Amino acid sequence: MEFLVASAVGLLTAAGIYMILRKRTFPVILGTSLLSYAVNVFLFASGRLVVDAPPILNKYAEVPYTDPLPQALVLTAIVISFGMTAVVVMIALGAYLSARDDRIDMTEQAEQVGEDA
Amino acid sequence: MNHLLIAPIVLPALVAPFIIMTLRYHIDLQRIFSLASNVLLIAIALALAVQAADGTVQVYELGDWQAPFGIVLVLDRLSAMMVLLTTLLALAVNLYAVGSNWDARGANFHALFQFQLMGIIGAFLTGDAFNLFVFFEVLLIASYGLMIHGGGTRRFQAGVQYVVYNLIGSSLFLLALGTIYSVTGTLNMADLAVKVATLPVEDSALIRVGAVMLLLVFAIKAALLPLHFWLPASYANAPAPVAALFAIMTKVGAYAILRMYTLVFGPDVAVAEGLVGDWLLPAALLTVAIGAIGVLGSREIGKLVSFGAITSVGTLLTAISMFTPEAAAAALYYAVHSTFAAAALFLIADMVRARQGGEIAAQPVMAQSGLISALFFAAAIATAGMPPLSGFLGKLLILDAARDQDLSVWIWAVILGSSLVTIMGFARAGTLLFWKSHGLAHADTMKEPEIELESVDQADAPQGPRAPALPFVAVFALLAGLVSLTVFAGPMTRYTAATAEALFAPSAYIETVLANVDRPVTDEAETQGGEHDAPADAAEGTAPESKESH
Repeated sequence: MEFLVASAVGLLTAAGIYMILRKRTFPVILGTSLLSYAVNVFLFASGRLVVDAPPILNKYAEVPYTDPLPQALVLTAIVISFGMTAVVVMIALGAYLSARDDRIDMTEQAEQVGEDA
Repeated sequence: MNHLLIAPIVLPALVAPFIIMTLRYHIDLQRIFSLASNVLLIAIALALAVQAADGTVQVYELGDWQAPFGIVLVLDRLSAMMVLLTTLLALAVNLYAVGSNWDARGANFHALFQFQLMGIIGAFLTGDAFNLFVFFEVLLIASYGLMIHGGGTRRFQAGVQYVVYNLIGSSLFLLALGTIYSVTGTLNMADLAVKVATLPVEDSALIRVGAVMLLLVFAIKAALLPLHFWLPASYANAPAPVAALFAIMTKVGAYAILRMYTLVFGPDVAVAEGLVGDWLLPAALLTVAIGAIGVLGSREIGKLVSFGAITSVGTLLTAISMFTPEAAAAALYYAVHSTFAAAALFLIADMVRARQGGEIAAQPVMAQSGLISALFFAAAIATAGMPPLSGFLGKLLILDAARDQDLSVWIWAVILGSSLVTIMGFARAGTLLFWKSHGLAHADTMKEPEIELESVDQADAPQGPRAPALPFVAVFALLAGLVSLTVFAGPMTRYTAATAEALFAPSAYIETVLANVDRPVTDEAETQGGEHDAPADAAEGTAPESKESH
């Protein structure tokens, strides 16, 4: 299972980085989403992989349990990355609609920015 | 527990939604509440600074959860100083935004502004690494909104770059935290310091990876050389008051480096040996150089000022990367100075832009050319580090602290050389903008004729929403900050020296945060080492105790 999770994280990260290096905003946004999925799985694994165990300590018996903190961290991370993705989609949409172009880089010719260039 | 500690986070967190929900269509009321909240924040920050001035460390346990398990806020001299700096800067910037009518050019400026303050202040106060991430995200998501405030194609495009860059940074932050947690089983900074210090050196690969990734994240925020590419485009295209507020954002990165790499991965921690200083210093020096070259090469005043900000952040990181108490004290003094100086320059650049566009070229005389050129002159002197303003003192302190460094020749050469190049760059820009213009026809090319000072009746100037005097008040306030920083350099350097001493002797910090924990340091250190079930051990050892205490 460790191998499966590790390779999944690696694959997601690799795909995410490849997509981020593209020139158009849409693949870049997909790339950041993939990267955040990879991060979430990685964070989850940072508490060690345990199957079939509750995230609760038992005072009375030695029963297996899993570390609850990474789960809380992942929840926070998911919420934040979801919100961030929504924001970047909206901003990218705004950029696309006003520039009629979804390149991620800015062209030199519009170098002199005024108030409302 | 002293509840004042959380007040500077709670206050903007309450004011911002209040502004959104009830004052949505009342820009005047928004301004009143935003400014009032700002003034209150300054009062709170002052009270906190007074409490922290004698060197006591105060801890606020959220939800009354004990230190390594719950989230803590920690107030020491450093965080008190940074919070006070943030609130002072914010008031000046807010005044400018109101005075120049920037806040009315799009929706929700003031709400986002308050959220931004909440994030920045939280990042300075928190004593928990994951909470630091959360506050980073709070300040970032507010900054995304502020960055594109007012709209416009260029601003949106720069905004997309800024957001994507920071999303990658956030992912890296989480990866770093995950790595560190998997080794130490804790994310509380004081607890981390205890655990990391006892890790065995031969089994430290993972924690070193985590530490370097964390450094990269903070370097992105601070715009260190290979990671600085987001800054010029973002700052030059952001609305001026927002760019001026962002002057504190690079300092958040620098603060985090200073905090994490003195407290947790300090210079005398075995596993962090040779991780930071060895290459942070060259990178910082290159940042200074590239910033100075950028200042010289800019054709647009926003870019000019942005590269000026890069130079000053590079100088700041040069001082931090020496990791000695003297250099850290100099860095803190310089941080305060460069925040005010960069913010003042951004605001002045906006005044120039509003009158004649942003291009640095000979153009017809602008309105209030004399006043603006004098302000530009003062702020440029401060940024370049020429006497008599505080930039000179700050750079002098840094150079003095670099005396016994291995690379001291390089540090001296780069900082002095870049100062010269920066002076040339600003002189060129100032000459073209303000002097060459007198040869040209005296045409009125102002974009917004309403701003003209002469045409407004002096009596209603202060109250009017488009009062033209207010932007100048804001800039003068920032410059007054610089002057008082120069005049009170003695007390200020004593304060920063004491702060730096405490940073490099973090035992007081650690003991205060972990006061309630009777930690079996030595026992736990053994098991913590390379055991793959370290977090489980930590939880097993101490979690039941915390339950009983409730």
